[in-house]
Amino acid sequence: MPKKDHKTNGLPRVGFYICHCGSNIAGTIDVAAVREYAAGLPGVAVARDYKYMCSDPGQELIASDIEKYGLERIVVSACSPNLHEETFRKAAAKGGLNPFRVQMVNIREHASWVHTDRASATEKAKDLARAAVARVVHHRALERKRVPVDPNVLVVGGGIAGIHAALTLANAGKKVTLVEKEATIGGHMALFDKTFPTLDCAACILTPKMSAVKAHPNIRLWTWSEVEKVEGYVGNYKVTVKRKPRYVNEDLCVGCMECIDACVYKEPKFHDKFNQGLGKRKPVYIDFPQATPKVVLVDPETCLQLKTGKCQKKCASVCDRNAFDFGQKERSEEIQVGSIVLATGFRTYDAKKDKQYGYGRYPGVYTALEVERLVNASGPTSGEIKLRDGREPKAVGIIHCVGSRDEKSNKWCSRVCCMYSLKLAHLIKEHSGAEVYNFYIDMRAPGKAYEEFYDKLLGEGVHFVRGRVAEVTDWAVSPEEEGKLVMRVEDTLAGIVRRIPVDMVVLSTGLEPQADAQEVRRRFNIGCGSEGFFQERHPKLAPVNTFTDGVYIAGACQGPRDIPDTVAQAGAAAAEALALIDAGHVELEPNTSAVAEAECSGCKTCVPLCPYGAVSFDEAKRKAAINEVLCKGCGVCAAACPSGSITQNLFGDDEIFSEIEGVLAK
Amino acid sequence: MRYQYFPGCSLKGSGRAYEESFLAVFRALGVEVRELEDWNCCGATAYMSVDETKSYALAGRNLAIAARDRADVMAPCSACYLVLNKTMRGLGENPELKRKVTGALKAGGLDYREGVKVRHPLDVLVNDIGLDEIRKRVKKPLSGLKLASYYGCQIVRPFATFDDQDDPVTMDRLMQACGAECVDWPLKTHCCGGSLTGTLPDAGLRLAYIILNEAKKRGAAALVTPCPLCQFNLDAYQGQMAGKFGRPNMPVLYFTQLIGLAMGLDADELGIGRGIIPAQAALAGR
Amino acid sequence: MPLERKIKYEKDCDREFADWVTSQTGGENLRHCIQCGVCSAACPLSLYMDYTPRRLINMARAGFKKEVLSSFTIWLCTSCYSCRAECPKQIKVTDIMYLLKRRAIEEGVYPKRFPIPVLAREFGRMIFTFGRVDESLLVANLFLRTNWLRFLDMAGVGLGLMRKGRMSFVPHGIEARGQLRRVLEAIDSEESKEAAK
Repeated sequence: MPKKDHKTNGLPRVGFYICHCGSNIAGTIDVAAVREYAAGLPGVAVARDYKYMCSDPGQELIASDIEKYGLERIVVSACSPNLHEETFRKAAAKGGLNPFRVQMVNIREHASWVHTDRASATEKAKDLARAAVARVVHHRALERKRVPVDPNVLVVGGGIAGIHAALTLANAGKKVTLVEKEATIGGHMALFDKTFPTLDCAACILTPKMSAVKAHPNIRLWTWSEVEKVEGYVGNYKVTVKRKPRYVNEDLCVGCMECIDACVYKEPKFHDKFNQGLGKRKPVYIDFPQATPKVVLVDPETCLQLKTGKCQKKCASVCDRNAFDFGQKERSEEIQVGSIVLATGFRTYDAKKDKQYGYGRYPGVYTALEVERLVNASGPTSGEIKLRDGREPKAVGIIHCVGSRDEKSNKWCSRVCCMYSLKLAHLIKEHSGAEVYNFYIDMRAPGKAYEEFYDKLLGEGVHFVRGRVAEVTDWAVSPEEEGKLVMRVEDTLAGIVRRIPVDMVVLSTGLEPQADAQEVRRRFNIGCGSEGFFQERHPKLAPVNTFTDGVYIAGACQGPRDIPDTVAQAGAAAAEALALIDAGHVELEPNTSAVAEAECSGCKTCVPLCPYGAVSFDEAKRKAAINEVLCKGCGVCAAACPSGSITQNLFGDDEIFSEIEGVLAK
Repeated sequence: MRYQYFPGCSLKGSGRAYEESFLAVFRALGVEVRELEDWNCCGATAYMSVDETKSYALAGRNLAIAARDRADVMAPCSACYLVLNKTMRGLGENPELKRKVTGALKAGGLDYREGVKVRHPLDVLVNDIGLDEIRKRVKKPLSGLKLASYYGCQIVRPFATFDDQDDPVTMDRLMQACGAECVDWPLKTHCCGGSLTGTLPDAGLRLAYIILNEAKKRGAAALVTPCPLCQFNLDAYQGQMAGKFGRPNMPVLYFTQLIGLAMGLDADELGIGRGIIPAQAALAGR
Repeated sequence: MPLERKIKYEKDCDREFADWVTSQTGGENLRHCIQCGVCSAACPLSLYMDYTPRRLINMARAGFKKEVLSSFTIWLCTSCYSCRAECPKQIKVTDIMYLLKRRAIEEGVYPKRFPIPVLAREFGRMIFTFGRVDESLLVANLFLRTNWLRFLDMAGVGLGLMRKGRMSFVPHGIEARGQLRRVLEAIDSEESKEAAK
């Protein structure tokens, strides 16, 4: 078998393959012409075109050619390496070639998809082929490193997504730390009364799962805590968690709540965040009776003892467990995990921004979350629909799409508002007998049994007006409108503008990324889409993966979604983490940088530049050192090094310069 | 501080009191205001229905004249304020339109340049001069005077540059700085009827009446406005409204007139007597 | 009751008209309309309109040229911009009304002696001549051309304004009338050049 012959003139023997990608590439580029051109390039021993290079026969072609023609390098001219570089490296390995001796040319995204002129696109494909052939000659054989995976998992966020992911992982025998920034887990779901479309009680299905988290031997639950810092890499993350002071020892408190009764404030008088400000609480409080963990906490902003140091501390004196500790300080704890599930959820649109609806101006205007608390038996009115002035509403208008489908606020459809508006319409009618109007633009009920739920509401006599409300006003044009909130809307199905007087307006606010989504994104080194939700690796095929290995996302932090979809996604994220753990190790890409110690001047330019903390300075040797396990191959250090002593695998000067010379040569 | 001043046709005619009070207030504040040389009509809303490019050229001529001086331009009339701003944006967004308009202006020996700032006196008073300064200048506070502040449409729509589109507050804050009280009401930016009061009175007068009637229901003694067309519709047509809907009998004043009064300027100098509905009773001897 | 055919056949739709509307300055986002009707609900005049603004937009993009241009709706718009401020798709509804008015005037399909287009025309004529507008002359002219009775009706208003010194009788023109004419004529010649192409 000829290893080297006159045809390649002593150069390594290159196999060149160009893909038609159906008509994706061949429709715009003359594939045969590029193949013929490549066949004549120095070093090319064989050149072929094939309809789908990524198919099994396509890969087989490469593997068998390696033996048949004694190939030492492979160039594949096809789609983005992001998609198939791994495919062709594997094909090369199958044929007995080191997988890093493969180079891909992207003539789909970079040529056929972005050009319309066939001749120029073909010329461009030839230029790129020439550059790749010149470059690949310099590719060295490289080996992937294996590192073990830490089987412990961190779950961030204790809403239904985080709860479900943590339980799934814990049930599989993995040790999980669940970190939640609020004092209790449960998230938004804990605020709801009923869930659509089945109308089963949210607490009845959620609280058993909350208790299971607390009781599970494999779960460590850290509430009132936030992730501060994440270091390391897939399989081996070091995470710093900030633990905020509750001023109550969590291990001692049993949640008997006698301290709350004993507090020197006889009546609750402070803003109750859990009840959306509709109720009041004392400085020592618990969010709701089934809060998990069932532990009270003290608010330093309102507690007399913490503010002034002068209080009778009746709370502490009635506590027979001696749980109070006013000297508690914030502290940080470090944990080691191999993978991370982010389930940080969403926030709702700030209804005050849409001034035309009068939220904050007219007391009869409510957000949907507030109404969730009003219809909830454990809420501030014990489930009675009472307005802020104590009246019972006789007519209620629900405005859909507040902060959704609007270029002025959020462009996207928030997916859940149509359905929760139907649910609230049903509950309001059931609890109060009021006339209920739904003002919608398009009714979106695409889930299992959702359309049937809409049909049920139609039958219940709830009014549906198709139109976006322009204004909620207290300007009356007739005696019937006096003292009412008037909603101006076009009934678009009738083509007639209407004024509808009501007592209560409910704003169905949309779902947005959390306020700190950008900070969290940076902390975990993942991406956000243009709207600010966390970016999945692939919208269809990798919906819970991120571009950072070992970090997974679940629930509404990735985009608006309802409870069934959230739970499904949380299960998927847990499964991805389990797959990583059970593989036992990860292979690291060898495209890392290294320091040629003899040439390093010790200037330290590279040290602060590394975004991954992989570059350190060896004080004894006065030289830079790179930890190749931490290095992600971004190349910043190599580019910045003034003495040229840092080199990067696959991006060596010889490789890059040959590629440039290749693309410029004609 | 120095500004250019674009009066527009109304301030030289039916809105004369607006010009008188506007100039008097800025004179008293020690701010130099110079009328734009040989300005022409901005085109208002009507001309846009006849010819789009010429509308932009009409406004463009004024902007070209204004560009000779670096001082900001104050346009007290809402329509002028909007049309001049809309023209700058329109020319900025549409290169083809800009080519045509600048070419035509060149044929008239005019040089269109970007960067002119056209501002409303409300914006200048609140953001350049400041409420503290106004408060300091108040000699006769308007205490006890209940006003409905009515902004009309085109100051905040479609471009909300210095105030909120649905609930503007700059004029309320100015009136409060002068010691007056502003009623809380939802019609601040509703339509006064525009030119329909003349062309289609059944529709136009109804809109004007709704505003006056609601202000009255909320306990206002007078309406205050920054727009000459609003003032005209709401003041001059009250007699015609009487036959159709009822007689509101509500004086309608310019915000500059009330600031002037609070600063102790003479009522005649401020054109207070030019209202069709007399304001004397509401102002109770001020 | 006489029967009237209400159905619209595809051949009755004027696609060219629809394309023209969306290609005009202001018409850009028209095809993005989701028919939410917030424009109609915000409009202070929709209570008198034959078609609400939302319907008009849908009819325009479907090519219902005759109904759109002869509608009463476009002449009722006072340019208060409420529709545009509320539109979730940032459609420039007011500018669309303007361009439909211009087209209606061009094609001569508006009610004769109907005062609103007459006002627009007289306004333009006055600017062309003087460079400025005299409100009293404009209004007098308008009523003389449309409705004599209304002119008499308005005498009271006029008298009141006169007494308060808010009416002038001599039209104040600008000095550089020649310059303004040259500017406006330059646009005419540019546009006729374009039309010739």
